[in-house]
Amino acid sequence: MSTLSITGLNVYFSTEDGPLHALKDVSFDVPERKIVGIVGESGCGKSTLINAILGLLADNGEVRSGQILFEGVHDLPQLSAAQMQDLRGPRIATVFQDPMGALNPVLSVGQQMINIQYRDRVSKAQKAARAVEMLKLVRIPDAGSALHRYPHQFSGGMKQRIAIAMALMMEPALLIADEPTTALDATLEVTTIELLKDLQQSIGCSVMFISHHLGVIAELCDEVAVMYAGEVVERGSVRDVFHAPAHPYTRRLLECDPARQTERTRVLPTIPGEIPDLRARPPGCVFAARCLQHHGGCDGPQGEVMLGAGHAARCNLAAVEVPA
Amino acid sequence: MSEATSNAPAAPRPQSEFIRSLKRLLREPLGVLGLALVLLVIFGAVFADLLSQWDPTRINPRVRFEGPSGEHLLGTDQLGRDLFARVLHGGRIALYVALVSTAVSLAIGIVLGLIAGYGPRWLDNLMILLFDAMKSFPTVMLALALVTIVGPSLTAVMIVVVLVNVPGYARIVRTQTIAIKSSEFVTAAQSAGASTARILRVHIMPNVIGPLVILASMDIPVVIAIEAGMSFLGLGVRPPTPSWGSILNDGFAQIRETPWIAIAGGVPIIVTTLGFTFLGETLRDVFDPRLKGR
Amino acid sequence: MSEAPILSVDDVQVAFPVGGMLNRGAILGVAGVSFSVQRGETFALVGESGSGKTTLARAINGLQEISEGAITFDGGRIDGLGKRQMKPIRKRMSMMFQDPVGSLSPRMTVGDLVTEPFRIHGTEGRNLRDEAARLLTLVGLPADFAARYPHQLSGGQARRVGVARAIALDPALIIADEPTAGLDVSVQGEVLNLLNDLRERLGLAMVIITHNLHVVHHVADRTAVMYLGRFVEMGETETMFANPRHPYTAALLSANPEPDPDKTHDRITLPAEVPSLLARPPGCEFHTRCPWAQDRCSRDAPPGGDVACHYPLAPGARAPVATQVTEPVT
Repeated sequence: MSTLSITGLNVYFSTEDGPLHALKDVSFDVPERKIVGIVGESGCGKSTLINAILGLLADNGEVRSGQILFEGVHDLPQLSAAQMQDLRGPRIATVFQDPMGALNPVLSVGQQMINIQYRDRVSKAQKAARAVEMLKLVRIPDAGSALHRYPHQFSGGMKQRIAIAMALMMEPALLIADEPTTALDATLEVTTIELLKDLQQSIGCSVMFISHHLGVIAELCDEVAVMYAGEVVERGSVRDVFHAPAHPYTRRLLECDPARQTERTRVLPTIPGEIPDLRARPPGCVFAARCLQHHGGCDGPQGEVMLGAGHAARCNLAAVEVPA
Repeated sequence: MSEATSNAPAAPRPQSEFIRSLKRLLREPLGVLGLALVLLVIFGAVFADLLSQWDPTRINPRVRFEGPSGEHLLGTDQLGRDLFARVLHGGRIALYVALVSTAVSLAIGIVLGLIAGYGPRWLDNLMILLFDAMKSFPTVMLALALVTIVGPSLTAVMIVVVLVNVPGYARIVRTQTIAIKSSEFVTAAQSAGASTARILRVHIMPNVIGPLVILASMDIPVVIAIEAGMSFLGLGVRPPTPSWGSILNDGFAQIRETPWIAIAGGVPIIVTTLGFTFLGETLRDVFDPRLKGR
Repeated sequence: MSEAPILSVDDVQVAFPVGGMLNRGAILGVAGVSFSVQRGETFALVGESGSGKTTLARAINGLQEISEGAITFDGGRIDGLGKRQMKPIRKRMSMMFQDPVGSLSPRMTVGDLVTEPFRIHGTEGRNLRDEAARLLTLVGLPADFAARYPHQLSGGQARRVGVARAIALDPALIIADEPTAGLDVSVQGEVLNLLNDLRERLGLAMVIITHNLHVVHHVADRTAVMYLGRFVEMGETETMFANPRHPYTAALLSANPEPDPDKTHDRITLPAEVPSLLARPPGCEFHTRCPWAQDRCSRDAPPGGDVACHYPLAPGARAPVATQVTEPVT
């Protein structure tokens, strides 16, 4: 059973210039005890996806169709605000790019970590002990005294680790991590993802990890979904997608990563063009306008082409081009 | 939990920001009502001479305390002056005071605020002290003190309004200036060699002026109330010049016998105040960046 | 290298006052740094947050006063110049700031933004509308973008406008602070290609400041790695990438996750966090995080020169020479 299973999700925003189709036919699974990466560039719909899952779409946003099945029982868009509130936090936890979004600047770290456990009927001392244990787990030095300190007294990397500790304290079934390492320096980024991987294994939760950094996804995730202009253009195991990318966008994105260019070059690969206006989606492939392999078959509706176990690409050339 | 931020991807806006905001304004019932009331008052003031053939200051003892009739739409006052004409011309005074003194307050407030916000620290501290000292005077006390010096007049009213408004505006401009002066586009202008005057004029002022003008539009009813209040107390417009405050005062003494005089003075004040308040509040909502895209 | 360098920085320090009235002190954001940039050369300053790279850039650009040392630009001292004396220098040295959109004045049109340098330094009879069109074309934007406002631009487009502004007055040197920050991977390349192209066509010298070593690899001729306000290693970019000598450089290079799930990472992890500038470690300032630190490292300051390390790494080695007796040193 999957922790999170999204099928045929369509999200619209009403704008002054008409409806904006922000997510189109999004389907993917976050299997139990797996880390699934969501990759995409700005405007790909990553934040809309998170907000749709969490039931936090802006007032002008609407889930028109599709299912977001959590732990096989709850269809999240059907839940009431109060039911969603009960799930967010204890069952579905989140970590954002800016840890200060999760930390209250005027409360000590200890107070906040004790407050999170308000549902548990144990003594305050026991709650504090759990908080210390959690801080040790995320490798905060001198965890006992760290409880009495305030968020601003920690460095950026430590703040993010504390935010992770707070998110995982209630042992959620699903952790949604939205670019949690983007603001960190390279050396901190790698230690943070290693830590996240360890924690995920010891707690046994599932993780949906959103990042634009392909290297981080490759290192951390089991599966990956590549998003472009509100669609999942390719999904599969990290190995399948990164070693045998079937969608032209995935291929081009991989080429653009400067780390991939081991030879020094003065001309770096790019993807010219821009994402289409989502108020006027092209009827065919959403990437067609920027695609080098664009042909007549791309102008009609595109379905997902299954390429192997769990590996699918929304490109009519996928089946032809990639040998099994 | 984090707030749901604007999740719609940014796309180039084909229409100008102004037109969009205007359209949003016209979709708010309260905004439309406010706009209608304000336009009504402006219309009355501008076309006062066409709407009533009576001279608002002409005394006619034969028609004192006459009730509303076809001849005198709102009746006459204790000197036999036509109240409808006086109300229309009183609107002129009210709007004149409101617009001129608000504009002057804005100009002074912006200049002082920019100086305080961008200038050296000691000057900022000194100016803040001054603003706070000025703000601590109650409006009526300030008015009384000033009138004792210069005597009651329209100018006195306007000076009071400016003195009351400037500290608030200057403080807002100062806070905004301090926030903006450390932003990257200002550093970029400094790096390009732009002079202080240019930075203030081109890079900072356009970014503080928008919210301030909306705030000022919400202050207009306050100004109108100050003018009416001072004229009511005899500290403002000198008779026989019509003002809503003095009409109210004229009717105040005989409110039991001839209530129409007080009504003629009071209703316009209420209508104008409500109109500008509704309009100002809607404008603020419409231009508020947090509500964009809705 | 017979020609004089366009920029030379000699033992520059930048001190920030800290503390109150009684315990007044200073911390060094930049603690004695020297380098020079030749005409037409691209020099990269690499470091993590708090390394002082942006402070150094601001100091070169005259936005930050220096407390020690000298900065020479185009043959003349420019440190300590007043605003008026600095103005002609600003025509020849322009700076690009980190935030692509945030460094553009939000109420100005693109046309006004790219021609602002002319308005500041005199138009000399130029038609500003033509100049705007010329500059936008030069950076690969359609000329009708002149009517747009910054919020109507994507990150990459805004960055191009920033580049257009920077090259408007035909400068001799551009300082670019994180030119690829906040940009998508597919757009990063575009901006770097543009900078490379302009550099070749206009003969610009560039100082690029970044935390991303892989960006540097493709654009910079020489690179300096900064840690706590000092250079720990400086040299030819290609050599440094092939054979990092300082453990910190090696750690930075190994810290980049690559998009290959099967890659085994032979990673140098740095324990602890960057020390505070208020409490600089004694001896070699990197010893608190260095995996190969010896007794001596906590005592003696490292030697000067291009590699500030007592036990630099041997070419191709993953550990310092002194501790790897078995590995032949080539």
